[in-house]
Amino acid sequence: MFKAGKYDVIVIGAGHAGIEAALASARIGCKTLMTTLSLENIAMMPCNPSIGGPAKGHLVREVDALGGQMGITADETCIQFRMLNTSKGAAVRALRAQADKKIYQVAMKEVCENTNNLDIKQVLIERVVVENEKVIGVEAETGEFFEGKTVILASGTYLNGKIIIGETTYKGGPNGQRAAINLSDSLKELGVKFMRFKTGTPARVDARTLDFSKMELQAGDENIQSFSFMTDTPVKNKTFCYLTYTNEKTHEILRKNLHRAPMANGIIEGTGPRYCPSIESKIIMFPNKERHQLFLEPEGLHTQEFYVQGMSTSMPMDVQIEFLHTIPGLENVKIMRPGYAIEYDCIDPLQLKSTLEFKGITGFFSAGQSNGSSGYEEAAAQGLIAGINAAMFVKNEEPLILKRTEGYIGVLIDDLVTKGTQEPYRMMTSRAEYRLLLRQDNADIRLTPHGRRVGLVSDERWNRLQIKKAEIKSATDRLNEIILTPNRETNEKLNSIGISEINSVMPLSDLLRRTEISYEKLQKYFDLPKISDTARYQVNTNFFYEGYIKKQSELAMKIEKLESRLIPEGIPYKEILNLRSEAREKLSKIQPRSIGQASRISGVSPADISVLIVWIEHQNRIKNQNDFESCN
Amino acid sequence: MKSQQRTLLFCGRKIFMIQEETISAISTAVGESAIGIVRMSGERAIEIADEIFEDINGKKLSKIENRKIVYGKIFDSKKNVIDEVLTFIMRAPNSYTREDVIEFQCHGSAAALEKILTRTLECGARLAERGEFTKRAFLNGRLNLSQAEAVLDIIQAKTTEALKIAEEKLSGKMTDEIYKVKQQILNVISHIEAVIDFPEDDIDEITINEINKSIDLIVNEIDELLKTEAKGKILREGIETVIIGKPNVGKSSLLNFLSKREKSIVTEIPGTTRDAIEEYVNFNGILLKIVDTAGIHKSEDKIEQIGIERSKNFANKAALILALFDGSRKFDEEDEEILKFIDGKNAIILMTKSDLPTEIEKNKLQKFNPTKISVKNGTGINELYKNILKKINNLSNELNFIKSARELEILKRVKNHVTDAKKALELNIETDLISIDLRSALQALDELTGESVSDEIVNEIFSKFCVGK
Repeated sequence: MFKAGKYDVIVIGAGHAGIEAALASARIGCKTLMTTLSLENIAMMPCNPSIGGPAKGHLVREVDALGGQMGITADETCIQFRMLNTSKGAAVRALRAQADKKIYQVAMKEVCENTNNLDIKQVLIERVVVENEKVIGVEAETGEFFEGKTVILASGTYLNGKIIIGETTYKGGPNGQRAAINLSDSLKELGVKFMRFKTGTPARVDARTLDFSKMELQAGDENIQSFSFMTDTPVKNKTFCYLTYTNEKTHEILRKNLHRAPMANGIIEGTGPRYCPSIESKIIMFPNKERHQLFLEPEGLHTQEFYVQGMSTSMPMDVQIEFLHTIPGLENVKIMRPGYAIEYDCIDPLQLKSTLEFKGITGFFSAGQSNGSSGYEEAAAQGLIAGINAAMFVKNEEPLILKRTEGYIGVLIDDLVTKGTQEPYRMMTSRAEYRLLLRQDNADIRLTPHGRRVGLVSDERWNRLQIKKAEIKSATDRLNEIILTPNRETNEKLNSIGISEINSVMPLSDLLRRTEISYEKLQKYFDLPKISDTARYQVNTNFFYEGYIKKQSELAMKIEKLESRLIPEGIPYKEILNLRSEAREKLSKIQPRSIGQASRISGVSPADISVLIVWIEHQNRIKNQNDFESCN
Repeated sequence: MKSQQRTLLFCGRKIFMIQEETISAISTAVGESAIGIVRMSGERAIEIADEIFEDINGKKLSKIENRKIVYGKIFDSKKNVIDEVLTFIMRAPNSYTREDVIEFQCHGSAAALEKILTRTLECGARLAERGEFTKRAFLNGRLNLSQAEAVLDIIQAKTTEALKIAEEKLSGKMTDEIYKVKQQILNVISHIEAVIDFPEDDIDEITINEINKSIDLIVNEIDELLKTEAKGKILREGIETVIIGKPNVGKSSLLNFLSKREKSIVTEIPGTTRDAIEEYVNFNGILLKIVDTAGIHKSEDKIEQIGIERSKNFANKAALILALFDGSRKFDEEDEEILKFIDGKNAIILMTKSDLPTEIEKNKLQKFNPTKISVKNGTGINELYKNILKKINNLSNELNFIKSARELEILKRVKNHVTDAKKALELNIETDLISIDLRSALQALDELTGESVSDEIVNEIFSKFCVGK
């Protein structure tokens, strides 16, 4: 066997998970190899041309706060930005941007190619090599063996991929790529358990055949924000999206051809995501809905290709063309790439620890869509954590495990490794219990210290955070120092700036709880420190939502107590007969790392948790007693 | 002991004890003992006790020495006395659990005990799980190693019991009602959340008006459920019933017949049953808490006189009186007094010993339409059952009520959260904050049903809204 190199970390795949994993480990200082089937496909977006949105935008911010790449590159290359949910409260405000797919890829490839410690190779990995339950490297299709202390699987939807367009199927990865067939089998030999998932994507159409005059124009925001806490150059809107709707005629054609849908004729076996239903599923599930909306989004600035968001389908080509032609603005549309469904193998994430390392295979990690998630952002977040933890493993340092109370990333990974998933897992704000604490605006305050600890946060990023925190503190202190007394002078002053009178003594900060008052407004009339926009936003938010933030913090603290009760590894759950049998089975499968995680496993009751706590303490005592005897 | 973490040295190694919530429970079994104990353990035990208990000398418990017993009263939130109690105060670490512990020793009526328990919950304690005091005792180093097994067994018992309860609940009507409330909350949340998570999808925004309306409906529904609390409690704890009648009229025989156990002593000598005996009787599914009193008659015997006074007291408080008249003897002065006594009370008139020749004058009881019974041959028992049913008809024809203190506590919490949401709405607060309160409500309900809030919301969104790219 030809030994082609020796690495600390080997990453299989160069999609959104793979890039973040490889960049993180290389930046931390580990000798890293990133492999891909095709160098043209680094950071490819095979589905929608957009990044962010509710919960997903939060993930991008968190990746950025930890020192990841996605936010920075998105800011540099995206062509339209919108802040969503602006009227709905700070917790759910979320940035979403239209990406220029090609430019994003070029930029990402450039970043990777210019990162120290990082080798990039176009090669198909066929085998992960394990010895004594420990990973030792990977083997390529072309015979090379790459020795690795750790390996990260970030193979997306390529594992045993199968493309389905109507009655046509073939083996392949997304967007005309090859599939990784043998890798899947090699992992099965290692005892890795797989699930079969499915996802789909709509057709891409030729802009020259679209009549935009029949559609609603969707422009970007005027005052736009960026994803990255490091971006200083204002991001720019360079394009538009368009909105149009299906109608009864469209639905008629789809209904007439339902028997030809792969879902109906049994070609598709995998489980598809509920949040990404094909148009044919939509009309079955919601037969009373008179119209479904579709957005036409440019795939980039240098192409005529438009993405038809909302019309994901795996219908035969003739049906795809026929139903698209019924839609206003699309009467003469020409398809450039067909919509298709892809079925792929993904691992059952219950096999992973919270570090994303496989429980039974030391040094082998997994991240991204191959873990049963979906979405570029979800992939990037896992990739980053897997990359950090592989590096921590190599350096023999504490792994990074984010709590549910610390970030969406914590929620995402905890959900995957504790509850598993029955469909491609998408991040949603409703999945986060403490979302008022996990705002996109405070991701740096929450997570940058973690990034600093593992060695991913540069001095510059760190200093920015320190300045911001100092600004917040000085403003907060000052607001609490200034005491207002309800006399004529005060009330006249308040009236003059359009603030209603006060009736009791209060610190100035109390005024910030009122909707109409902001720091900016108070700054004009009171001696308050001048601080940056971002710090000001924090101050306003912290005071305005204080009551709710306190409520959530209290709940979060309760939960964190349980999280900090760690469970020693290797507990023989099957022997703890006081546990109910379902609990015994689930606990020994999932091997939770803390009492908190154990309590979230479905089928484990509060009484089981009590039994477990007492059992662990019992063992501790026996151990201590023995120690005591031996020290006497 | 105020700090969040206490340290114990254990063979040179630090064991961190984590301060837990304050727990509370009735630690004596219902109907099995003369006195009852409500016990609290945890950081806030003394503080909570001070909120609900007043020492006879007006001294705060927080100022009272360790391991002292003080006498005083427990009040409800409207400052009405619930019970006279002895309060035992044990400060950490000199207590069973090594936490601050308060014990209220009360008179043992199930109703009083439950009221006191409810008060502690209202003031911030959490209902203890089975074996939780012992679990804490063990975890805090109070029990030795050999006792650990026992701890596990106690908790284990909870598991099977919980399963039983779960099964009961599944078939119970109350669960349906709770599910209804839960579904309504889910409807509102999922709509709010769908709009938040899929802002660019074609979903009609939920209006403040709609949320308001739904919340009002939910609060009404919960209030209806809370009203059933009293009903549930009566049926749960037994309808307080008193059997009265002159000596040897057959009170104890009737009780024994109903309970089919030889608990009270039945003799032919008048005045044997001197003290009152409490007995829980499951009469074809109706739980009667029967107090068998000393026979009411004029007596020179001092002890017996006390007994008679007590029977009258019990009869005055009882929800139902079974008044017995001996059919085999002449109507006498004592019977007359009993008739007078029960006038205007919720009583069923029974003519006993119908197996013997009738000696009692017909005209004396005729207008009361007495039920003739004989415990010897069982005549009239069915009729008695029907009469009891009639008397408590309003209570039991609808078996839709709150089943436990836990359900009650949770429903109250749910109501608080939902009311918070409503208050927030009035302040014109953003909808995602409204869903924080509603989520807390759902979380509380899920403690009853054991589901996961996030999963439920996500499932609801996908089943109701057409979302996704």
